[in-house]
Amino acid sequence: MSPKTLYDKIWDAHVAHEAEDGTCLLYIDRHLVHEVTSPQAFEGLRLAGRKVHAPDKTIAVPDHNVPTTLDRANGGMNEESRIQVAALDTNAKDFGIHYYPVSDVRQGIVHIVGPEQGWTLPGMTVVCGDSHTATHGAFGALAHGIGTSEVEHVLATQTLIQKKSKNMKVEITGKLRPGVTAKDITLSVIGATGTAGGNGHVIEYCGEAIRDLSMEGRMTVCNMAIEGGARAGIIAPDDKTFEYCKGRPHAPKGAQWEAAVAYWKTLFTDEGAHFDKIVTLRGEDIAPVVTWGTSPEDVLPITATVPAADSFTGGKVGAAQRSLDYMALTPGTKLTDITIDTVFIGSCTNGRIEDLRAAAAILKGKKKKDGLRAMVVPGSGLVRAQAEEEGLAQIFIDAGFEWRLAGCSMCLAMNPDQLAPGERCAATSNRNFEGRQGRGGRTHLMSPAMAAAAAITGKLTDVREMM
Amino acid sequence: MQKFTKLSGIAAPMPLVNIDTDMIIPKQFLKTIKRSGLGVNLFDEMRYDDDRNEIPDFVLNQPQYRAAQILVAGENFGCGSSREHAPWAIADFGITCVIAPSYADIFYNNCFKNGILPITLPQEQVDVLMKDAEKGSNARIEVDLEAQTITSSDGDVFHFEVDSFKKHCLMNGLDDIGLTLEKADAIAGFETRANAARPWV
Repeated sequence: MSPKTLYDKIWDAHVAHEAEDGTCLLYIDRHLVHEVTSPQAFEGLRLAGRKVHAPDKTIAVPDHNVPTTLDRANGGMNEESRIQVAALDTNAKDFGIHYYPVSDVRQGIVHIVGPEQGWTLPGMTVVCGDSHTATHGAFGALAHGIGTSEVEHVLATQTLIQKKSKNMKVEITGKLRPGVTAKDITLSVIGATGTAGGNGHVIEYCGEAIRDLSMEGRMTVCNMAIEGGARAGIIAPDDKTFEYCKGRPHAPKGAQWEAAVAYWKTLFTDEGAHFDKIVTLRGEDIAPVVTWGTSPEDVLPITATVPAADSFTGGKVGAAQRSLDYMALTPGTKLTDITIDTVFIGSCTNGRIEDLRAAAAILKGKKKKDGLRAMVVPGSGLVRAQAEEEGLAQIFIDAGFEWRLAGCSMCLAMNPDQLAPGERCAATSNRNFEGRQGRGGRTHLMSPAMAAAAAITGKLTDVREMM
Repeated sequence: MQKFTKLSGIAAPMPLVNIDTDMIIPKQFLKTIKRSGLGVNLFDEMRYDDDRNEIPDFVLNQPQYRAAQILVAGENFGCGSSREHAPWAIADFGITCVIAPSYADIFYNNCFKNGILPITLPQEQVDVLMKDAEKGSNARIEVDLEAQTITSSDGDVFHFEVDSFKKHCLMNGLDDIGLTLEKADAIAGFETRANAARPWV
């Protein structure tokens, strides 16, 4: 048998039907659902008189629209948001799927709730009407975002019509230097490959620096595979993965656990398996980075200066000039001289407990810069509860941060957490697109530790100077 | 789904790389629970100022492009989120064909579910069609899905590739779910085998 990649193995284990032209029906083990990309899909089922094929494999949670202020039980959503969340309440009930409503302590960002509850396990196929579904690849699951028509297709058939993607290997060799995190890895990879570098591919992240990451760090890396153009990022499961899964509410138990682990241990890329594209970065070469522009590929080490548009080539020259204008930045400016107005710590990229610990470690005993708006939005109600138990919440509150309830929040600003025009934000989220965090808002992406450092100085800051 | 076979229409030029889904349809319009009505908000933040007045320079606000049915754009079109609101907005505006050197995967797939043909061409050929599109309403570009050709207003003919299954569905306006449900036995058979092999799933 020819050697297979990890992606090949998971793919092969899920092909329910293959047509002559290679079009496959790929079976889906877990379908995660949120309120924004699902109402039209459920409506489609109703109109056609169809049921959800596998309600036990379908898990829904509202996250994009929900307010994160402490008074949200009293409302706080505009009418459109309220209707969208209410539609998910109704659809979950009518179609009998698993559901974590806003009032449930387990509610949170769908990509944080799935792993936390043990829904996401190695070797699975996981989809969601959300591009950051790539997050779940950290478990050695094939996980990617789908559109609403595909959400309806999965609801109705538990399959997706797919053709196989190509294999791409991203290897991070060696050790990371102090102050460098999973976020710096994933941003640096996008900086190296561009936002289209992974188009048509599934990325397998590997190498010593990836192995050394915790499960949460691996989720951060895979989360942004989509920003590199790959629908899915994947990391081979190992003892850390099994340890993370063990004992979670929906993880297997007893004899089934043993059988599952035995199977999961076969999930790795065989020696000599073919990759269509290979990118290698040295862990030692990766610095704490920030983005300067309006594409996640606009990544530079914090020690760098704002680039000139004419330092790029082709279509990127115009795009870079547009970014510089939008971001109101002058080429040659030191990144550490850029003043910020807001700090946002949270999102499916960096809203887990380790992210909050990393930020709190920098903030402990310190205050945010006067006049700066700063908020921490935990990724789930359980992350929030744990952070309170560990005393992290108090560190944030003492530093002058708002300590919020769980949701997507200012990552995409569908709820009231938004930037005003011209407002500049140090954000731990995943997209710095024009208007992403609010019309006219300016986003610099970075790690939680870097965002915490920026909150203290009021400028983009090299976190290594605070360690 | 609306069928796509042939199209002869005005093409709007957007010579910008990495046109993302937040540009195509900003998040404030994702709160709808319908598929229709998003055309008026296509490219909203580029198209309207803070007072909701049209920005005259924006391509779709120019008189010659208001009835555009084709969009010619730079590489990596549709990058970003999985929101199908992006192709919904494009189709609702009346655009049923996009021509670009490359697309983000999820957006590309979403187009075919909504009667939109996304055509991938080499950069040089996109450049030719971009110039053609810049001529405004005097230049009509012709797209023939069956023949897989694009003809510029000057008579240049470019061949394009498209997946045979996607082409078949688009040309016949087929509903994917109906097609898949014809294979219900294969799915049930898979479930039986998978339950035996991986009962914990």
